[in-house]
Amino acid sequence: MKYICLGYIDSNTFASCSDAEANSMMDSCFAYDDQLRAKGHFKGGEALQPPSTAMTLRYANGRVVATDGPFAETREQLGGILILEARDLNHAVELISKHPGAKFGPWEIRPAADLSEMMRQSEARRRQAGKPQG
Amino acid sequence: MSEPPTDEIRTRLDAVFRAESRRILATLIRLLGGFDTAEDAMHDAFNAALQRWPVEGVPTNPRAWLISTARFKAIDAIRRRARFDASQDDIADALHGGEPAPAAGDDELPDDRLKLIFTCCHPALAPEARAALTLREVCGLTTEEIARAFLTSAPTIAQRIVRAKAKIRDERIPYQVPSGAELPERLAAVTAVVYLLFNEGYAASSGPSLTRAELSAEAIRLGRVLLELLPEPEVIGLVALMLLHESRRPARIGADGELVLLERQDRSTWNHAFIREGIALVERALSTRRFGPYTLQAAIAAVHSEARTPEATDWRQICALYAALLAMQPSPVVELNRAVAIAMHEGPAAGLALIDALLTRGELRDYHLAHSARADLLRRLGRRDEARAAYERARALAKSEPEMRFLEKRLCELV
Repeated sequence: MKYICLGYIDSNTFASCSDAEANSMMDSCFAYDDQLRAKGHFKGGEALQPPSTAMTLRYANGRVVATDGPFAETREQLGGILILEARDLNHAVELISKHPGAKFGPWEIRPAADLSEMMRQSEARRRQAGKPQG
Repeated sequence: MSEPPTDEIRTRLDAVFRAESRRILATLIRLLGGFDTAEDAMHDAFNAALQRWPVEGVPTNPRAWLISTARFKAIDAIRRRARFDASQDDIADALHGGEPAPAAGDDELPDDRLKLIFTCCHPALAPEARAALTLREVCGLTTEEIARAFLTSAPTIAQRIVRAKAKIRDERIPYQVPSGAELPERLAAVTAVVYLLFNEGYAASSGPSLTRAELSAEAIRLGRVLLELLPEPEVIGLVALMLLHESRRPARIGADGELVLLERQDRSTWNHAFIREGIALVERALSTRRFGPYTLQAAIAAVHSEARTPEATDWRQICALYAALLAMQPSPVVELNRAVAIAMHEGPAAGLALIDALLTRGELRDYHLAHSARADLLRRLGRRDEARAAYERARALAKSEPEMRFLEKRLCELV
């Protein structure tokens, strides 16, 4: 099964440590990602630039309003996402609990939703709507 | 010679995983000393097989190959980590044991699976965690499948399993089959988990019926493994009991989803292969003369199974078996069942007197089956108003939908 793992990080974590410490943190994370990749568990992932680079879009009063900054102003911000292939939820928990990133902030693990049936129904509805009347 | 295509290897490997992964895992936990390390190493070994079998061919003993590959993969992983932490080197050496590489097949001990079962059902673990852990580690179900079977969420089950594993690790629960004086009590904890799984799937009142039937099938499969590894009388009795109950599943639910009582079931739809096997096991368990409550309950079920029609039931024998069960395991519910059997054997008045006495004692006052049994006897004695009151009391206390509908129907029939 596919699990989307959201890794959160305290934005002060990196500010308060030395270059050597930051390097060793990153090295351990990359090394573990490589291990996951070698075993076929790593199905994709991206690190995110800091929350200060974020834009948030919101629909209000009939139009989209864009604001700068992240969706929520909290100490712990989304730092990256990882798409994990695991046998089941406990397997995913086990794989992520060994991720060195878990030392720096919480991870949220959620199964990917299978929308294929919903999409099939939606396509049928749209085909129906496109048909000429009468 | 041409290499077998990878698709074929993948199919083959899937089959090996389904058939052998639990035995492999059980052995690896013993060899590597931890659930997570073992599971990890096992997945590594299956990955390695996917790459190497197309080139090297499928080994003669795939299970032994996977166990020894997993073991070396685990040692490799520990060595890799040891680059950062010198103390881990000792562990890798200890795992190697300094011995020559074992011949294929030597790694596995016959009772590894039994060790796994006893560990998953250890009394130090929370009872609901035992069931979840057993289903995942011994039966190979996924967290999501277990959650569906127990009608709960996957994170709830996942957390139970994570906590149970942490407890096994932190309290150093030994990975072994208990022996001597400890065995009967520990075995009782194991059979209780198996029977709980069976009943979850059998007596369940809600949820998609298919999933529930699979849970009972899983309990029977587990019972058979236990029977093969540890043929103690109560294990034999438990498997017999499950088979005899399971034999009636097709007859137990009517076309409209209603519960159908034993006396009204279409006996031709019973699973007669299960009945034959169940009866043979009951006889085997009884002949040991060391049997317990599961065997006696199975013997009662067997007497019902042997009757071609409800009228042909040997109620005298059933009364005697209930008396023996009551002596071994005193309980008001067993007393209630015995009272119903006596009503069948000696007439409704004799049964009613026993049920009234039981209800006066108070323990079963809020137990809907006591009131519905009483109602049934009153109905047979022609005391309609009292029967109606008792059915209504039962309906008010019933918790499951099919049971409420069943009692509703009985009330209507009374008019």
